[in-house]
Amino acid sequence: MRVWPIFKKEMRLYFTSPIAYVVVAIFALIAGYFFYSIFAFFTLASMQSMMNPAMARELNVTDSVVRPLFSNISVILLLLIPLVTMRLFAEERRSGTIELLLTYPVRDGAVLAGKYLAALVLYALMLALTLLYPGIVVAFARLEWGPVATGYLGLLLMGGTFIAVGLFASALTENQIVASITTFGILLMLWIIGWSADYAGGAWGKVLQHLSILEHNDNFAKGVLDTKDVVYYLNFIALALFLTLRALEARRWKG
Amino acid sequence: MIEVERLTKSYGPLTAIRDVSFSVAPGEIVGFLGPNGAGKSTTMRILACFMPASSGTVRIAGYDVFRESLKVRKRIGYLPENVPLYVDLRVAPYLDFVAEVKGVGRAERRRRVAEAMERCLITDVQHRLIGRLSKGYRQRVGLAQAIIGDPEVLILDEPTLGLDPKQITEIRSLIKSLAGRHTVILSTHILPEVSMVCSGVVIINQGSIVAQGPIDTLVDQFFPTARLEVEIAGPPAAVHDGMRAIPGVVAVEGLGVTDGVGRFVVESARGRDVRGEIFALAAQQRWSLLELKRVGTTLEEVFIRIVAGEQAADEARP
Repeated sequence: MRVWPIFKKEMRLYFTSPIAYVVVAIFALIAGYFFYSIFAFFTLASMQSMMNPAMARELNVTDSVVRPLFSNISVILLLLIPLVTMRLFAEERRSGTIELLLTYPVRDGAVLAGKYLAALVLYALMLALTLLYPGIVVAFARLEWGPVATGYLGLLLMGGTFIAVGLFASALTENQIVASITTFGILLMLWIIGWSADYAGGAWGKVLQHLSILEHNDNFAKGVLDTKDVVYYLNFIALALFLTLRALEARRWKG
Repeated sequence: MIEVERLTKSYGPLTAIRDVSFSVAPGEIVGFLGPNGAGKSTTMRILACFMPASSGTVRIAGYDVFRESLKVRKRIGYLPENVPLYVDLRVAPYLDFVAEVKGVGRAERRRRVAEAMERCLITDVQHRLIGRLSKGYRQRVGLAQAIIGDPEVLILDEPTLGLDPKQITEIRSLIKSLAGRHTVILSTHILPEVSMVCSGVVIINQGSIVAQGPIDTLVDQFFPTARLEVEIAGPPAAVHDGMRAIPGVVAVEGLGVTDGVGRFVVESARGRDVRGEIFALAAQQRWSLLELKRVGTTLEEVFIRIVAGEQAADEARP
Protein backbone atom coordinates (compact mmCIF):
# COMPACT_ATOMS: atom_id res chain seq x y z
CA MET A 1 0.00 0.00 0.00
CA ARG A 2 1.56 3.28 -1.10
CA VAL A 3 -0.49 5.61 1.06
CA TRP A 4 2.36 7.85 2.11
CA PRO A 5 3.21 9.46 -1.27
CA ILE A 6 -0.47 10.21 -1.91
CA PHE A 7 -0.79 11.70 1.56
CA LYS A 8 2.29 13.90 1.02
CA LYS A 9 1.02 15.06 -2.35
CA GLU A 10 -2.38 16.04 -0.91
CA MET A 11 -0.78 17.92 1.97
CA ARG A 12 1.46 19.74 -0.48
CA LEU A 13 -1.55 20.67 -2.61
CA TYR A 14 -3.44 21.92 0.45
CA PHE A 15 -0.62 24.20 1.41
CA THR A 16 0.46 25.44 -2.03
CA SER A 17 -3.07 26.56 -2.81
CA PRO A 18 -4.74 29.09 -0.52
CA ILE A 19 -7.51 26.67 0.57
CA ALA A 20 -5.86 25.34 3.72
CA TYR A 21 -4.80 28.79 4.95
CA VAL A 22 -8.22 30.34 4.34
CA VAL A 23 -10.15 27.49 5.95
CA VAL A 24 -7.86 27.35 8.99
CA ALA A 25 -7.91 31.13 9.41
CA ILE A 26 -11.70 31.43 9.14
CA PHE A 27 -12.11 28.49 11.52
CA ALA A 28 -9.74 30.05 14.07
CA LEU A 29 -11.50 33.40 13.77
CA ILE A 30 -15.03 32.06 14.32
CA ALA A 31 -14.02 29.54 17.00
CA GLY A 32 -12.10 32.33 18.76
CA TYR A 33 -15.10 34.59 18.67
CA PHE A 34 -17.35 31.87 20.10
CA PHE A 35 -14.85 31.15 22.84
CA TYR A 36 -14.57 34.83 23.68
CA SER A 37 -18.32 35.35 23.96
CA ILE A 38 -18.90 32.14 25.93
CA PHE A 39 -16.04 32.87 28.30
CA ALA A 40 -17.06 36.52 28.74
CA PHE A 41 -20.59 35.44 29.58
CA PHE A 42 -19.23 32.90 32.07
CA THR A 43 -17.12 35.62 33.74
CA LEU A 44 -20.17 37.85 34.04
CA ALA A 45 -22.24 35.00 35.47
CA SER A 46 -19.56 34.13 38.03
CA MET A 47 -19.35 37.76 39.13
CA GLN A 48 -23.10 37.91 39.62
CA SER A 49 -23.05 34.62 41.50
CA MET A 50 -20.77 36.17 44.11
CA MET A 51 -23.86 38.05 45.34
CA ASN A 52 -26.02 34.95 45.01
CA PRO A 53 -24.40 31.78 46.47
CA ALA A 54 -27.33 29.61 45.34
CA MET A 55 -26.52 30.42 41.75
CA ALA A 56 -22.85 29.65 42.24
CA ARG A 57 -23.62 26.01 42.88
CA GLU A 58 -25.05 25.70 39.36
CA LEU A 59 -21.97 27.15 37.79
CA ASN A 60 -19.11 24.96 36.56
CA VAL A 61 -16.59 25.36 33.76
CA THR A 62 -17.34 22.07 32.03
CA ASP A 63 -21.04 22.77 31.62
CA SER A 64 -20.87 26.49 30.95
CA VAL A 65 -17.74 26.79 28.83
CA VAL A 66 -16.45 23.49 27.47
CA ARG A 67 -19.76 21.99 26.34
CA PRO A 68 -21.16 25.05 24.56
CA LEU A 69 -17.77 25.68 22.97
CA PHE A 70 -17.53 22.16 21.55
CA SER A 71 -21.09 22.25 20.29
CA ASN A 72 -20.44 25.60 18.58
CA ILE A 73 -17.27 24.23 17.00
CA SER A 74 -19.23 21.34 15.55
CA VAL A 75 -21.52 23.84 13.79
CA ILE A 76 -18.51 25.55 12.23
CA LEU A 77 -17.26 22.15 11.10
CA LEU A 78 -20.55 21.43 9.40
CA LEU A 79 -19.91 24.49 7.23
CA LEU A 80 -16.15 24.20 6.74
CA ILE A 81 -15.42 20.49 6.28
CA PRO A 82 -17.26 20.34 2.93
CA LEU A 83 -14.83 23.01 1.72
CA VAL A 84 -11.85 20.97 2.87
CA THR A 85 -12.97 17.79 1.13
CA MET A 86 -14.68 19.07 -2.04
CA ARG A 87 -11.40 19.27 -3.96
CA LEU A 88 -10.08 15.80 -3.26
CA PHE A 89 -11.60 13.80 -6.12
CA ALA A 90 -13.69 16.37 -8.01
CA GLU A 91 -10.68 18.48 -8.95
CA GLU A 92 -8.68 15.44 -10.10
CA ARG A 93 -11.58 14.48 -12.31
CA ARG A 94 -12.11 17.95 -13.74
CA SER A 95 -8.45 18.46 -14.60
CA GLY A 96 -8.04 14.87 -15.78
CA THR A 97 -5.19 14.12 -13.37
CA ILE A 98 -7.25 11.19 -12.05
CA GLU A 99 -6.43 9.41 -15.30
CA LEU A 100 -2.76 9.45 -14.35
CA LEU A 101 -3.33 8.82 -10.66
CA LEU A 102 -5.41 5.71 -11.28
CA THR A 103 -2.92 4.30 -13.78
CA TYR A 104 0.03 4.50 -11.39
CA PRO A 105 0.79 1.22 -9.61
CA VAL A 106 -1.28 2.03 -6.50
CA ARG A 107 -4.54 0.50 -5.41
CA ASP A 108 -7.65 2.69 -5.36
CA GLY A 109 -7.79 1.98 -1.64
CA ALA A 110 -4.36 3.51 -1.10
CA VAL A 111 -5.36 6.63 -3.06
CA LEU A 112 -8.48 6.92 -0.92
CA ALA A 113 -6.59 6.36 2.34
CA GLY A 114 -3.95 8.95 1.42
CA LYS A 115 -6.57 11.55 0.65
CA TYR A 116 -8.62 10.75 3.75
CA LEU A 117 -5.59 10.99 6.02
CA ALA A 118 -4.49 14.29 4.47
CA ALA A 119 -7.89 15.87 5.13
CA LEU A 120 -7.94 14.36 8.63
CA VAL A 121 -4.50 15.77 9.47
CA LEU A 122 -5.46 19.21 8.19
CA TYR A 123 -8.56 19.01 10.38
CA ALA A 124 -6.50 17.87 13.38
CA LEU A 125 -4.29 20.93 12.84
CA MET A 126 -7.39 23.11 12.97
CA LEU A 127 -8.48 21.46 16.21
CA ALA A 128 -5.00 21.82 17.67
CA LEU A 129 -5.34 25.60 17.37
CA THR A 130 -8.32 25.49 19.73
CA LEU A 131 -6.21 23.86 22.48
CA LEU A 132 -5.36 27.44 23.31
CA TYR A 133 -8.84 27.96 24.80
CA PRO A 134 -8.69 25.32 27.57
CA GLY A 135 -5.21 26.74 28.19
CA ILE A 136 -6.72 30.17 28.82
CA VAL A 137 -9.54 28.78 30.94
CA VAL A 138 -7.16 26.85 33.16
CA ALA A 139 -5.31 30.07 33.95
CA PHE A 140 -8.45 31.51 35.57
CA ALA A 141 -10.55 28.59 36.75
CA ARG A 142 -10.34 24.97 37.80
CA LEU A 143 -10.83 22.83 34.73
CA GLU A 144 -11.73 19.16 34.63
CA TRP A 145 -9.46 17.68 31.95
CA GLY A 146 -11.51 14.51 31.51
CA PRO A 147 -14.43 16.09 29.60
CA VAL A 148 -11.98 18.22 27.61
CA ALA A 149 -10.11 15.10 26.47
CA THR A 150 -13.26 13.15 25.59
CA GLY A 151 -14.65 16.29 23.94
CA TYR A 152 -11.67 16.45 21.63
CA LEU A 153 -11.93 12.74 20.90
CA GLY A 154 -15.58 13.30 20.01
CA LEU A 155 -14.74 16.21 17.71
CA LEU A 156 -12.04 14.16 16.03
CA LEU A 157 -14.42 11.25 15.42
CA MET A 158 -17.19 13.55 14.23
CA GLY A 159 -14.85 15.47 11.92
CA GLY A 160 -13.54 12.16 10.61
CA THR A 161 -17.11 11.22 9.74
CA PHE A 162 -17.71 14.56 8.01
CA ILE A 163 -14.55 14.07 5.97
CA ALA A 164 -15.56 10.56 4.92
CA VAL A 165 -18.94 11.87 3.75
CA GLY A 166 -17.17 14.73 1.95
CA LEU A 167 -14.84 12.32 0.14
CA PHE A 168 -17.81 10.29 -0.99
CA ALA A 169 -19.58 13.35 -2.41
CA SER A 170 -16.36 14.47 -4.07
CA ALA A 171 -15.98 11.11 -5.81
CA LEU A 172 -19.44 11.46 -7.34
CA THR A 173 -18.89 14.61 -9.37
CA GLU A 174 -16.28 16.64 -11.16
CA ASN A 175 -17.73 19.89 -9.88
CA GLN A 176 -16.33 21.10 -6.56
CA ILE A 177 -19.36 23.25 -5.75
CA VAL A 178 -21.68 20.29 -6.30
CA ALA A 179 -19.45 18.14 -4.10
CA SER A 180 -19.44 20.71 -1.33
CA ILE A 181 -23.20 21.32 -1.39
CA THR A 182 -23.94 17.60 -1.47
CA THR A 183 -21.70 17.06 1.56
CA PHE A 184 -23.32 19.92 3.41
CA GLY A 185 -26.79 18.61 2.56
CA ILE A 186 -26.06 15.07 3.74
CA LEU A 187 -24.46 16.30 6.97
CA LEU A 188 -27.24 18.76 7.74
CA MET A 189 -29.88 16.09 7.16
CA LEU A 190 -28.08 13.69 9.50
CA TRP A 191 -27.87 16.50 11.99
CA ILE A 192 -31.48 17.67 12.06
CA ILE A 193 -32.85 14.16 11.86
CA GLY A 194 -32.34 14.05 15.64
CA TRP A 195 -34.79 16.89 16.14
CA SER A 196 -37.68 14.82 14.80
CA ALA A 197 -36.75 12.10 17.29
CA ASP A 198 -38.43 14.06 20.09
CA TYR A 199 -41.90 14.00 18.60
CA ALA A 200 -41.58 10.76 16.59
CA GLY A 201 -41.32 8.92 19.90
CA GLY A 202 -41.25 5.16 20.41
CA ALA A 203 -38.99 2.88 18.42
CA TRP A 204 -38.78 5.32 15.49
CA GLY A 205 -37.67 8.06 17.80
CA LYS A 206 -34.90 5.85 19.11
CA VAL A 207 -33.74 4.99 15.59
CA LEU A 208 -33.73 8.63 14.49
CA GLN A 209 -31.90 9.65 17.61
CA HIS A 210 -29.29 7.00 17.03
CA LEU A 211 -28.77 8.15 13.44
CA SER A 212 -28.22 11.78 14.37
CA ILE A 213 -24.60 12.85 14.11
CA LEU A 214 -24.94 15.56 16.75
CA GLU A 215 -26.64 13.37 19.33
CA HIS A 216 -23.56 11.17 19.65
CA ASN A 217 -21.20 14.06 19.99
CA ASP A 218 -22.95 15.57 22.98
CA ASN A 219 -22.01 12.60 25.18
CA PHE A 220 -18.31 13.17 24.52
CA ALA A 221 -18.51 16.82 25.53
CA LYS A 222 -20.22 15.80 28.79
CA GLY A 223 -17.25 13.58 29.52
CA VAL A 224 -19.14 10.37 28.84
CA LEU A 225 -17.17 7.89 26.78
CA ASP A 226 -19.66 5.36 25.46
CA THR A 227 -18.56 2.60 23.06
CA LYS A 228 -21.93 2.98 21.35
CA ASP A 229 -20.96 6.49 20.19
CA VAL A 230 -17.44 5.50 19.16
CA VAL A 231 -18.79 2.55 17.19
CA TYR A 232 -21.39 4.80 15.55
CA TYR A 233 -18.74 7.13 14.15
CA LEU A 234 -16.33 4.38 13.13
CA ASN A 235 -19.16 2.51 11.38
CA PHE A 236 -20.17 5.65 9.62
CA ILE A 237 -16.62 6.36 8.43
CA ALA A 238 -16.19 2.78 7.19
CA LEU A 239 -19.50 2.90 5.31
CA ALA A 240 -18.76 6.25 3.64
CA LEU A 241 -15.25 5.17 2.60
CA PHE A 242 -16.58 1.89 1.26
CA LEU A 243 -19.15 3.74 -0.84
CA THR A 244 -16.42 6.09 -2.08
CA LEU A 245 -14.35 3.14 -3.24
CA ARG A 246 -17.37 1.74 -5.08
CA ALA A 247 -18.02 5.16 -6.66
CA LEU A 248 -14.42 5.29 -7.91
CA GLU A 249 -14.79 1.83 -9.38
CA ALA A 250 -18.07 2.73 -11.07
CA ARG A 251 -16.36 5.74 -12.65
CA ARG A 252 -13.72 3.48 -14.15
CA TRP A 253 -16.36 1.39 -15.86
CA LYS A 254 -18.13 4.40 -17.23
CA GLY A 255 -14.82 5.86 -18.36
CA MET B 1 5.38 -6.81 -25.68
CA ILE B 2 1.87 -5.52 -26.28
CA GLU B 3 -0.74 -7.97 -27.50
CA VAL B 4 -4.24 -6.72 -28.14
CA GLU B 5 -6.87 -9.24 -29.05
CA ARG B 6 -10.41 -8.61 -30.25
CA LEU B 7 -10.79 -5.55 -28.06
CA THR B 8 -14.26 -4.00 -27.96
CA LYS B 9 -15.46 -1.08 -25.87
CA SER B 10 -18.94 0.35 -25.89
CA TYR B 11 -20.33 3.28 -23.98
CA GLY B 12 -23.98 2.37 -23.68
CA PRO B 13 -25.35 2.00 -27.20
CA LEU B 14 -22.26 3.62 -28.74
CA THR B 15 -19.42 1.33 -29.76
CA ALA B 16 -16.11 3.19 -29.60
CA ILE B 17 -13.89 0.38 -30.81
CA ARG B 18 -14.77 -2.98 -32.28
CA ASP B 19 -12.65 -6.14 -32.50
CA VAL B 20 -9.34 -4.32 -32.38
CA SER B 21 -6.32 -6.65 -32.58
CA PHE B 22 -2.67 -5.78 -33.03
CA SER B 23 0.67 -6.45 -31.42
CA VAL B 24 3.86 -4.52 -30.79
CA ALA B 25 7.27 -6.18 -30.55
CA PRO B 26 9.76 -5.23 -27.77
CA GLY B 27 11.80 -2.09 -28.50
CA GLU B 28 9.54 -1.03 -31.35
CA ILE B 29 7.94 2.40 -31.77
CA VAL B 30 4.49 2.01 -33.23
CA GLY B 31 2.28 4.84 -34.42
CA PHE B 32 -1.41 4.51 -33.75
CA LEU B 33 -3.15 6.51 -36.46
CA GLY B 34 -6.65 7.53 -37.15
CA PRO B 35 -8.88 10.51 -37.82
CA ASN B 36 -10.28 12.30 -34.78
CA GLY B 37 -12.85 10.22 -32.95
CA ALA B 38 -11.65 6.94 -34.44
CA GLY B 39 -11.14 5.33 -31.04
CA LYS B 40 -7.43 6.04 -30.46
CA SER B 41 -7.80 7.46 -26.97
CA THR B 42 -10.24 4.77 -25.93
CA THR B 43 -7.74 2.09 -26.93
CA MET B 44 -4.90 3.89 -25.15
CA ARG B 45 -6.95 4.22 -21.98
CA ILE B 46 -7.66 0.52 -21.95
CA LEU B 47 -3.97 -0.27 -22.52
CA ALA B 48 -3.06 2.02 -19.62
CA CYS B 49 -5.51 0.23 -17.29
CA PHE B 50 -7.60 3.38 -16.82
CA MET B 51 -10.78 1.64 -17.88
CA PRO B 52 -11.72 -1.93 -18.65
CA ALA B 53 -12.78 -3.13 -22.09
CA SER B 54 -16.25 -4.48 -22.78
CA SER B 55 -14.68 -7.59 -24.25
CA GLY B 56 -11.36 -8.82 -25.57
CA THR B 57 -7.96 -9.00 -23.91
CA VAL B 58 -4.81 -6.93 -23.69
CA ARG B 59 -1.55 -8.39 -22.45
CA ILE B 60 1.38 -6.14 -21.70
CA ALA B 61 4.72 -7.76 -20.88
CA GLY B 62 2.75 -10.97 -20.51
CA TYR B 63 0.26 -9.65 -17.92
CA ASP B 64 -3.43 -9.14 -18.48
CA VAL B 65 -4.41 -5.46 -18.07
CA PHE B 66 -7.66 -6.34 -16.38
CA ARG B 67 -6.76 -9.22 -14.07
CA GLU B 68 -3.16 -8.25 -13.31
CA SER B 69 -3.65 -4.51 -13.51
CA LEU B 70 -1.10 -3.60 -10.82
CA LYS B 71 1.65 -5.66 -12.44
CA VAL B 72 0.93 -4.00 -15.78
CA ARG B 73 0.81 -0.52 -14.24
CA LYS B 74 4.26 -1.11 -12.75
CA ARG B 75 5.61 -1.65 -16.26
CA ILE B 76 4.01 1.20 -18.18
CA GLY B 77 4.43 4.94 -18.45
CA TYR B 78 1.34 6.75 -19.67
CA LEU B 79 0.86 10.21 -21.10
CA PRO B 80 -2.85 10.95 -21.53
CA GLU B 81 -4.18 13.34 -24.14
CA ASN B 82 -4.05 17.01 -23.05
CA VAL B 83 -1.39 16.17 -20.42
CA PRO B 84 -3.23 16.45 -17.11
CA LEU B 85 -0.82 17.68 -14.42
CA TYR B 86 -1.15 19.21 -10.97
CA VAL B 87 -0.88 22.90 -11.81
CA ASP B 88 -0.31 23.84 -8.17
CA LEU B 89 2.83 21.73 -7.74
CA ARG B 90 6.38 22.58 -8.73
CA VAL B 91 8.08 20.43 -11.36
CA ALA B 92 10.70 18.67 -9.21
CA PRO B 93 8.41 17.81 -6.25
CA TYR B 94 5.78 16.60 -8.72
CA LEU B 95 8.21 14.24 -10.41
CA ASP B 96 9.42 13.12 -7.00
CA PHE B 97 5.83 12.25 -6.12
CA VAL B 98 5.43 10.28 -9.36
CA ALA B 99 8.67 8.39 -8.73
CA GLU B 100 7.59 7.55 -5.18
CA VAL B 101 4.16 6.39 -6.28
CA LYS B 102 5.81 4.22 -8.91
CA GLY B 103 7.83 2.60 -6.14
CA VAL B 104 11.26 4.11 -6.74
CA GLY B 105 13.14 3.87 -3.45
CA ARG B 106 14.14 6.95 -1.48
CA ALA B 107 17.86 6.49 -2.19
CA GLU B 108 17.40 6.31 -5.93
CA ARG B 109 14.64 8.86 -6.30
CA ARG B 110 16.68 12.04 -6.50
CA ARG B 111 18.91 10.53 -9.19
CA ARG B 112 15.97 9.16 -11.21
CA VAL B 113 14.11 12.46 -11.10
CA ALA B 114 17.22 14.38 -12.17
CA GLU B 115 17.80 11.91 -15.00
CA ALA B 116 14.22 12.16 -16.27
CA MET B 117 14.39 15.97 -16.17
CA GLU B 118 17.64 15.90 -18.08
CA ARG B 119 16.32 13.57 -20.76
CA CYS B 120 13.26 15.76 -21.25
CA LEU B 121 15.24 19.03 -21.08
CA ILE B 122 13.29 20.49 -18.18
CA THR B 123 16.06 20.81 -15.60
CA ASP B 124 15.98 24.60 -15.97
CA VAL B 125 12.30 24.84 -14.94
CA GLN B 126 12.41 22.35 -12.06
CA HIS B 127 11.54 24.98 -9.43
CA ARG B 128 8.64 26.53 -11.36
CA LEU B 129 4.95 25.88 -10.75
CA ILE B 130 3.60 23.53 -13.42
CA GLY B 131 0.63 25.85 -13.97
CA ARG B 132 2.98 28.65 -15.02
CA LEU B 133 4.81 26.62 -17.66
CA SER B 134 4.26 26.98 -21.40
CA LYS B 135 2.45 24.22 -23.28
CA GLY B 136 5.71 22.84 -24.64
CA TYR B 137 7.29 22.55 -21.22
CA ARG B 138 4.16 20.98 -19.77
CA GLN B 139 4.22 18.38 -22.50
CA ARG B 140 7.82 17.58 -21.58
CA VAL B 141 6.95 17.36 -17.88
CA GLY B 142 4.22 14.93 -18.95
CA LEU B 143 6.78 12.87 -20.85
CA ALA B 144 9.15 13.01 -17.89
CA GLN B 145 6.50 11.60 -15.55
CA ALA B 146 5.87 8.81 -18.07
CA ILE B 147 9.51 7.75 -18.42
CA ILE B 148 10.34 8.03 -14.73
CA GLY B 149 11.05 4.64 -13.20
CA ASP B 150 12.14 3.33 -16.61
CA PRO B 151 8.96 1.47 -17.58
CA GLU B 152 9.23 -1.16 -20.30
CA VAL B 153 6.26 0.21 -22.22
CA LEU B 154 5.32 3.81 -22.96
CA ILE B 155 1.80 4.73 -23.99
CA LEU B 156 1.74 8.26 -25.39
CA ASP B 157 -1.55 9.80 -26.48
CA GLU B 158 -0.98 12.69 -28.91
CA PRO B 159 2.38 13.72 -27.44
CA THR B 160 2.86 16.64 -29.85
CA LEU B 161 -0.64 18.09 -29.76
CA GLY B 162 -0.68 21.88 -29.57
CA LEU B 163 3.06 22.45 -29.81
CA ASP B 164 4.87 24.85 -32.12
CA PRO B 165 7.03 23.41 -34.92
CA LYS B 166 10.27 23.79 -32.98
CA GLN B 167 8.84 22.05 -29.92
CA ILE B 168 7.40 19.31 -32.11
CA THR B 169 10.85 18.60 -33.51
CA GLU B 170 12.30 18.48 -30.00
CA ILE B 171 9.64 16.11 -28.68
CA ARG B 172 10.03 13.90 -31.74
CA SER B 173 13.76 13.52 -31.30
CA LEU B 174 13.12 12.82 -27.63
CA ILE B 175 10.66 10.06 -28.50
CA LYS B 176 13.04 8.69 -31.11
CA SER B 177 15.73 8.45 -28.45
CA LEU B 178 13.39 6.22 -26.42
CA ALA B 179 13.46 3.45 -29.03
CA GLY B 180 15.22 0.27 -28.00
CA ARG B 181 15.12 1.19 -24.34
CA HIS B 182 11.32 1.25 -24.23
CA THR B 183 8.54 -0.18 -26.33
CA VAL B 184 6.46 2.79 -27.42
CA ILE B 185 2.96 3.12 -28.76
CA LEU B 186 2.03 6.67 -29.67
CA SER B 187 -1.16 7.98 -31.15
CA THR B 188 -1.32 10.94 -33.44
CA HIS B 189 -3.14 12.32 -36.40
CA ILE B 190 -0.06 14.10 -37.74
CA LEU B 191 1.22 11.71 -40.36
CA PRO B 192 4.72 13.00 -41.18
CA GLU B 193 5.39 12.48 -37.48
CA VAL B 194 4.81 8.77 -37.78
CA SER B 195 7.01 8.29 -40.83
CA MET B 196 9.79 10.13 -39.00
CA VAL B 197 9.53 8.41 -35.65
CA CYS B 198 7.84 5.05 -35.95
CA SER B 199 8.90 1.73 -37.36
CA GLY B 200 5.37 0.43 -37.76
CA VAL B 201 1.85 1.76 -37.85
CA VAL B 202 -1.61 0.65 -36.88
CA ILE B 203 -4.38 2.56 -38.62
CA ILE B 204 -7.78 2.71 -36.99
CA ASN B 205 -10.91 4.17 -38.52
CA GLN B 206 -14.41 4.31 -37.05
CA GLY B 207 -13.43 1.94 -34.28
CA SER B 208 -11.85 -0.80 -36.36
CA ILE B 209 -8.30 -1.53 -37.46
CA VAL B 210 -8.05 -0.99 -41.20
CA ALA B 211 -4.33 -1.56 -41.80
CA GLN B 212 -1.20 -2.40 -39.85
CA GLY B 213 2.42 -3.25 -40.43
CA PRO B 214 5.75 -1.62 -41.25
CA ILE B 215 5.34 1.62 -43.21
CA ASP B 216 7.13 0.31 -46.35
CA THR B 217 4.91 -2.75 -46.51
CA LEU B 218 1.81 -0.59 -46.25
CA VAL B 219 3.04 1.68 -49.02
CA ASP B 220 3.66 -1.35 -51.27
CA GLN B 221 0.32 -2.78 -50.35
CA PHE B 222 -1.75 0.30 -51.11
CA PHE B 223 0.41 1.78 -53.89
CA PRO B 224 1.64 -1.19 -55.91
CA THR B 225 3.11 1.14 -58.56
CA ALA B 226 6.13 3.47 -58.59
CA ARG B 227 5.53 6.95 -59.92
CA LEU B 228 7.57 9.35 -62.04
CA GLU B 229 6.92 12.98 -62.72
CA VAL B 230 7.87 13.87 -66.28
CA GLU B 231 8.00 17.22 -68.11
CA ILE B 232 8.42 17.02 -71.85
CA ALA B 233 8.12 19.73 -74.53
CA GLY B 234 6.34 18.01 -77.40
CA PRO B 235 2.88 17.25 -78.79
CA PRO B 236 0.98 16.11 -75.68
CA ALA B 237 -1.06 13.36 -77.26
CA ALA B 238 1.95 11.79 -78.94
CA VAL B 239 4.03 12.05 -75.77
CA HIS B 240 1.25 10.43 -73.75
CA ASP B 241 0.81 7.51 -76.12
CA GLY B 242 4.54 7.07 -76.59
CA MET B 243 5.12 6.70 -72.87
CA ARG B 244 2.07 4.48 -72.40
CA ALA B 245 3.54 2.10 -74.99
CA ILE B 246 6.72 1.52 -72.96
CA PRO B 247 6.56 -2.00 -71.48
CA GLY B 248 5.96 -1.93 -67.71
CA VAL B 249 4.09 1.39 -67.70
CA VAL B 250 0.70 0.91 -66.09
CA ALA B 251 -0.80 4.37 -66.49
CA VAL B 252 0.08 7.84 -67.75
CA GLU B 253 -1.78 10.82 -66.45
CA GLY B 254 -1.54 14.26 -68.03
CA LEU B 255 -1.33 17.14 -65.56
CA GLY B 256 -1.78 19.86 -68.18
CA VAL B 257 0.21 21.78 -70.75
CA THR B 258 1.87 25.17 -70.25
CA ASP B 259 3.75 26.93 -73.08
CA GLY B 260 3.97 23.69 -75.04
CA VAL B 261 5.45 21.79 -72.09
CA GLY B 262 3.36 18.87 -70.92
CA ARG B 263 3.47 17.50 -67.36
CA PHE B 264 2.74 13.84 -66.78
CA VAL B 265 2.68 11.30 -64.00
CA VAL B 266 3.86 7.91 -65.17
CA GLU B 267 3.02 4.86 -63.08
CA SER B 268 4.98 1.69 -63.55
CA ALA B 269 5.14 -1.63 -61.80
CA ARG B 270 7.27 -1.43 -58.68
CA GLY B 271 10.87 -2.48 -59.25
CA ARG B 272 10.64 -1.65 -62.95
CA ASP B 273 12.64 1.49 -63.73
CA VAL B 274 11.40 3.10 -66.95
CA ARG B 275 13.40 6.34 -66.77
CA GLY B 276 15.95 5.21 -69.35
CA GLU B 277 13.22 4.29 -71.79
CA ILE B 278 11.48 7.63 -71.39
CA PHE B 279 14.77 9.39 -72.06
CA ALA B 280 15.39 7.24 -75.14
CA LEU B 281 11.87 7.93 -76.38
CA ALA B 282 12.32 11.71 -76.01
CA ALA B 283 15.73 11.62 -77.71
CA GLN B 284 14.42 9.54 -80.60
CA GLN B 285 11.43 11.86 -81.18
CA ARG B 286 13.57 15.01 -80.66
CA TRP B 287 11.35 16.20 -77.79
CA SER B 288 13.18 18.04 -75.03
CA LEU B 289 13.02 16.20 -71.74
CA LEU B 290 12.91 18.98 -69.14
CA GLU B 291 12.28 17.03 -65.96
CA LEU B 292 12.24 13.40 -64.88
CA LYS B 293 11.95 12.55 -61.22
CA ARG B 294 10.79 9.80 -58.95
CA VAL B 295 7.88 10.59 -56.64
CA GLY B 296 7.97 8.87 -53.25
CA THR B 297 4.71 7.72 -51.75
CA THR B 298 4.12 9.19 -48.31
CA LEU B 299 2.27 7.63 -45.47
CA GLU B 300 -0.15 10.51 -45.82
CA GLU B 301 -1.27 9.26 -49.22
CA VAL B 302 -1.60 5.74 -47.89
CA PHE B 303 -3.66 6.99 -44.98
CA ILE B 304 -5.93 9.08 -47.13
CA ARG B 305 -6.42 6.22 -49.58
CA ILE B 306 -7.33 3.83 -46.75
CA VAL B 307 -9.58 6.15 -44.79
CA ALA B 308 -11.21 7.69 -47.87
CA GLY B 309 -11.67 4.22 -49.35
CA GLU B 310 -13.44 3.13 -46.18
CA GLN B 311 -15.72 6.13 -46.34
CA ALA B 312 -16.49 5.60 -50.01
CA ALA B 313 -17.32 1.99 -49.28
CA ASP B 314 -19.57 3.15 -46.45
CA GLU B 315 -21.41 5.57 -48.68
CA ALA B 316 -21.84 2.97 -51.39
CA ARG B 317 -23.59 0.74 -48.90
CA PRO B 318 -27.40 1.14 -49.01
